[in-house]
Amino acid sequence: MRRFLRPGHDPVRERLKRDLFQFNKTVEHGFPHQPSALGYSPFLRLMAIGTRSGAIKLYGAPGVEFMGLHEENNTVMQIHFIPDQCQLVTLLDDNSLHLWSLKQHGGTSELREEHRFTLKGPPGSPPSATQVTAVLPHSSREVLYLGTESGNIFVVELPSFRVLEDRTITPEAVLQRIPEDNCNRRSCELVEALREHPKNPDQILIGYSRGLIVLWDLQNNKATHHFLGSQQLENLYWQRDGSKFISCHYDGSYSQWPVSSDNRQSEPLENTVPYGPFPCKAISKIYWQTTKNGLPYIIFQGGMPRASYGDRHSISVIHGSQQTAFDFTSRVIDFFIIFSSDPAAEFDDPSALVVLAEEELVVIDLKSAGWPAVHPPYLASLHCSAITCSHHVSNIPLKLWERIISAGSKQNIHYSSMPWPIDGGTNIAPDPPQRDLLLTGHEDGTVRFWDASGVCLHLLYKLSTVRVFLTDADPNDNMNTLGEDEWPPLRKVGTFDPYSDDPRLGIQKIYLCKYSGYLAVAGTAGQVLVMELNDEDAEHVVDHAEADLLQDQEGYRWKGHEKLKTRDGPVRFEAGFQPFVLVQCQPPAVVTSLALHSEWKLVAFGTSHGFGLFDHQQKRLVFVKCTLHPSDQLALEGPLSRVKSLKKSLRQSFRRIRRSRVSSRKRRGGGGNASEVQEANAKFDQDVLQEMELAPVQRKIEARSAEDSFTGFVRTLYFADTFLRDSSRHCPSLWAGTNGGTVYAFCLRVPPAERRMDEPVRAEQAKEIQLMHRAPVVGILVLDGRSTPLPEPLEVAHDLSKSPDMQGSHQLLVVSEEQFKVFTLPKVSSKLKLKLTALEGCRVRKVTVANFGSCKTDDYSENDLAVLTNLGDIQIISLPFLKLQIRYPCIRKEDVSGIASCVFTKYGQGFYLISPSEFERFSLSTKWLVEPRCIVDVPEVTSNNHVHKSGTENAARKSSPDDCGEDERKSGRLMEHALLNDEKVLKEIQSTLEGGR
Amino acid sequence: EFRRFSLERSKPGKFEEFYGLLQHVHKIPNVDVLVGYTDIHGDLLPINNDDNYHKAVSTANPLLRIFIQRKEDADYSAFGTDTMTRKKNVLSNVLRPDNHKKKPHIVISMPRDFRPVSSIIDVDILPETHRRVRLYKYGTDKPLGFYIRDGSSVRVTPHGLEKVPGIFISRLVPGGLAQSTGLLAVNDEVLEVNGIEVSGKSLDQVTDMMIANSRNLIITVRPANQRNNVVRNSRTSGSSGQSTESSLPSSTPNILGNLLQGEEESDEEDIIIEDSGEPQQIPKAAPTSESIESLSQIELLHESTQNGFLPSSEMNLNHSAGSISMEYEVPEPGRKSLEEDGTIITL
Repeated sequence: MRRFLRPGHDPVRERLKRDLFQFNKTVEHGFPHQPSALGYSPFLRLMAIGTRSGAIKLYGAPGVEFMGLHEENNTVMQIHFIPDQCQLVTLLDDNSLHLWSLKQHGGTSELREEHRFTLKGPPGSPPSATQVTAVLPHSSREVLYLGTESGNIFVVELPSFRVLEDRTITPEAVLQRIPEDNCNRRSCELVEALREHPKNPDQILIGYSRGLIVLWDLQNNKATHHFLGSQQLENLYWQRDGSKFISCHYDGSYSQWPVSSDNRQSEPLENTVPYGPFPCKAISKIYWQTTKNGLPYIIFQGGMPRASYGDRHSISVIHGSQQTAFDFTSRVIDFFIIFSSDPAAEFDDPSALVVLAEEELVVIDLKSAGWPAVHPPYLASLHCSAITCSHHVSNIPLKLWERIISAGSKQNIHYSSMPWPIDGGTNIAPDPPQRDLLLTGHEDGTVRFWDASGVCLHLLYKLSTVRVFLTDADPNDNMNTLGEDEWPPLRKVGTFDPYSDDPRLGIQKIYLCKYSGYLAVAGTAGQVLVMELNDEDAEHVVDHAEADLLQDQEGYRWKGHEKLKTRDGPVRFEAGFQPFVLVQCQPPAVVTSLALHSEWKLVAFGTSHGFGLFDHQQKRLVFVKCTLHPSDQLALEGPLSRVKSLKKSLRQSFRRIRRSRVSSRKRRGGGGNASEVQEANAKFDQDVLQEMELAPVQRKIEARSAEDSFTGFVRTLYFADTFLRDSSRHCPSLWAGTNGGTVYAFCLRVPPAERRMDEPVRAEQAKEIQLMHRAPVVGILVLDGRSTPLPEPLEVAHDLSKSPDMQGSHQLLVVSEEQFKVFTLPKVSSKLKLKLTALEGCRVRKVTVANFGSCKTDDYSENDLAVLTNLGDIQIISLPFLKLQIRYPCIRKEDVSGIASCVFTKYGQGFYLISPSEFERFSLSTKWLVEPRCIVDVPEVTSNNHVHKSGTENAARKSSPDDCGEDERKSGRLMEHALLNDEKVLKEIQSTLEGGR
Repeated sequence: EFRRFSLERSKPGKFEEFYGLLQHVHKIPNVDVLVGYTDIHGDLLPINNDDNYHKAVSTANPLLRIFIQRKEDADYSAFGTDTMTRKKNVLSNVLRPDNHKKKPHIVISMPRDFRPVSSIIDVDILPETHRRVRLYKYGTDKPLGFYIRDGSSVRVTPHGLEKVPGIFISRLVPGGLAQSTGLLAVNDEVLEVNGIEVSGKSLDQVTDMMIANSRNLIITVRPANQRNNVVRNSRTSGSSGQSTESSLPSSTPNILGNLLQGEEESDEEDIIIEDSGEPQQIPKAAPTSESIESLSQIELLHESTQNGFLPSSEMNLNHSAGSISMEYEVPEPGRKSLEEDGTIITL
């Protein structure tokens, strides 16, 4: 009843709210967490990645992406595109098959699950009888061949998933034609690979795990050839003309087998152990790609010498005398080759190698000399080094944007110039309305600048603060400096490097002024750097100052980490943001708040001990204020680092446990093994749970007091030009809010521009407010006479904002974790408030002012507070009357790191980490919505189905069950059509040819 | 007029008898009077039932000073709460004298007759199995001193008995407010915090709510020990005059409203130091905010009437007077069980 009587509930406002606010999770940026499968359709030029949580993501040209989620949330084991279709089949680890299709709907394509199916054996048969190990979508697009652990190959019809029992290929049928002295029933256990003949769709190659390989004639239902490998089989690959195929084996060898019509049982042409003679690890997948010059590309995964390089995750490329083993920092999930998809072409002419590793996607240009990597436009590994903080800046001026891009391009010279080879689909989303930057701070002391304007989060520029400091590791130490004669010829690729040399380098706070190009970053060891954008390389000395935040407090000893040592003398900086001032807090506790005023040339910083103000024009410390409670020993000793390291070690040990469980769950544990492992895991989980329940969880109920720990922790800093002392004169001011619910206000005297260097900046404490509920202050904001938040520094000077109203009286908004409170200024008296915790039991985690525009009219917009609570809810609260407008559940409340990572934009969007490597983007606004809108066109498949089918009879085709990489090749008819109609394909072929020259 | 007479301390008798005695002594047999006394803190407190009569007699040291006023011209505001609020009251009166005048007292009950103490409240509107406890921390140095935990309790639902998760008191800190009042006990199930139901809320949420309300914490519990429950044998009008049958949920909005208002006062007192000078309490908002505030009061009034609950307008209007519990149960004659159970303990 209370709700209906709220005065805010008038229908006009309700309608307006509908025009202003709308919650959507729009797109996931970054690299999928725990990828488990990879697929590629040369026909659609789309790549699919499946994850262990059951997600499936399709990527094409930049901006073209689709996402689907299996209801079961089971690991995706395999992904196979149906040849020449907008369809794909996924196999999950619960042995279920799912058919997905891309359908056009309302002008855009959508990925939808069409059917699901689980193969069922006859009653009483063991589960292994129907455990699918290999999938072959046949080029006829009518059937799927499913190889199983039992050795049976089932045939199911598409799209109905009806089992065609009469067409099942049983081991008995296979063995009929094979001399018994070579084989027995056991040779046909577990189908490892199924491959369709590239030229003759009526023949499929069946590889059994124990080494037997059979060429099966589908028309006559009999084995025409058989090949006996001595080693356990890992994978098979047809050569383009269908005269030979390659098998790779568990012992690190590969063999080439001829297929001739006369010889029904043949010996391998060649059997090689590329990294022998010592025992090698398995080669799990191999490609044999022909080229015009006759020298093939042999590309395979694994095969490293077991003893010395067994722990490497490598993919080797051999082309004539060139050989490189690309060495990945994380496990290789799968890979595929992009090669000429023109079936009429005589050679494969591979152009790119696409590798999905556990933590990143790496694309190698095989056309250019030296095989350089290609810079991916999406799927960026956000977590190359762990993300420690983020900062979003909306609406970047074009000038600054271009300068950042130019600085970034100088860093990317070692990348290939090849256009992005996976370019299927068409992005039809409108151009992003403005240029947005997302800055991420990392554990290794770097700041990455991402283009967050559109659907593709793209790395523009990377800034490292390491050069300013002396660290144990020399930054020039290059991991790749391997001698010429080094064997195996390993080459590190990729950017994923989770190992930070020094945790003190970690970036904790970032503030970028988009008008002046000033950037302030602050880190774990109390370091604050102020930087300026410079388009040229430069060598200069960084001015260094120390801020003793404990000043007059005596007898305390900091037990945390030491401060960072600085480099003496001039330091060379590359083009981009170059530091010119370094302030180091003493004690060197982590910087917990940072504010930069580019107009006054001041930077303010706070730690758990106090805060300080630095004049970066005169390079002089203006003042420091200790906020520490004298009895707060915990904060003094610097336990934050200890707490953190404890957390970290816990996290690591959990990771270890998880990893050991993962590795024990081998891909095909064979028979009951997998289920046993799972059972053990379940038991383990249960045990852990029980253990947790045993420990009684209780919470102390106590009012906050001044003696609590970390009350001096500075949570927020804010610059404002407002009426602090009297209502006739406004002046620059600095506001600071602490964990103990105290707000300090300092009156600043900044000399006018012409005397800026001559007179010192002065500061004087004007006010101190102690909130009675003592909850941490997380936000401070001054509203002008029109109740509009004060503009950012230089915003008015750049004509991007109206000047603030200095006539009417200003108001101060203090946001604590528990409540919002508006005070009058200059005489601070409480005006109104909104309680959150007392009523809802949630606390404020993040708060930002956001501007919401109406989707109906262009001329209406308003400022509201966007608030994220510790329960993961987002609330929008009106200004200045503090009325709750709307509430959306956004993040699971258990997802503490997700909630901690959330950043809001100035226009009602936001980002939060859904995994260490992925940002979820959401929008609260009806007006500003960045989401993928794309179309995948299938020009003629449906209309010319009949013609096309007849054309496939002699078309060059190839299918590979395990990677579904280059499964399909277009028939000549199809290709012609594409060539005539699709300019892009034409261009692509042209560029490929040019690249080859 | 002064009269001096003696009473037997050990056998004070009933209030009715005492009242008769006073009327007799003063020779005013048919005049309604208000009886008050000064307690050991020097506060003027009323005597209008057996309980406070006994209290008055037992605390007399050795003299019990009694004040008698004719009811029609009684000045209710003269009755004191505790000295702190009294001072503040004076301060705010001085600060905004006209504001004070604008709000005449509409006396419905006499909530200010009592010093705020931790107590059981709303006995008349709660089911007998529940107990609403106000832990009044203001002015004491004692910590709240208790812990809560997750647990499960059995509820009657449309589908029969069901086990549902609940929040329980897990530990009392010796010497803390919770323990020293004796109003809460280990394993009591927490049902509401300041009028808001906790069902569906996590332990952490409830913790946060309790801490946020820690200055004026009102917890509704289902005591683990149900033997000490208040047995209502009389349904005479309580402080609220509301039908005693009202169930727990429907009473929630009133309580919420009152609590909000009550708290409004208690923690308005952020401290501000201007120009590094002397600390002072933040005064009530400037006139502009007054309208907002009165708006919300009307709103409260509205809701309350909707629920058939007569609100204490005095409470709403007289916000300068510090926080006084309007929910404070005025013990009625015939509610003897209350005291016998020791459920009201004055600090």
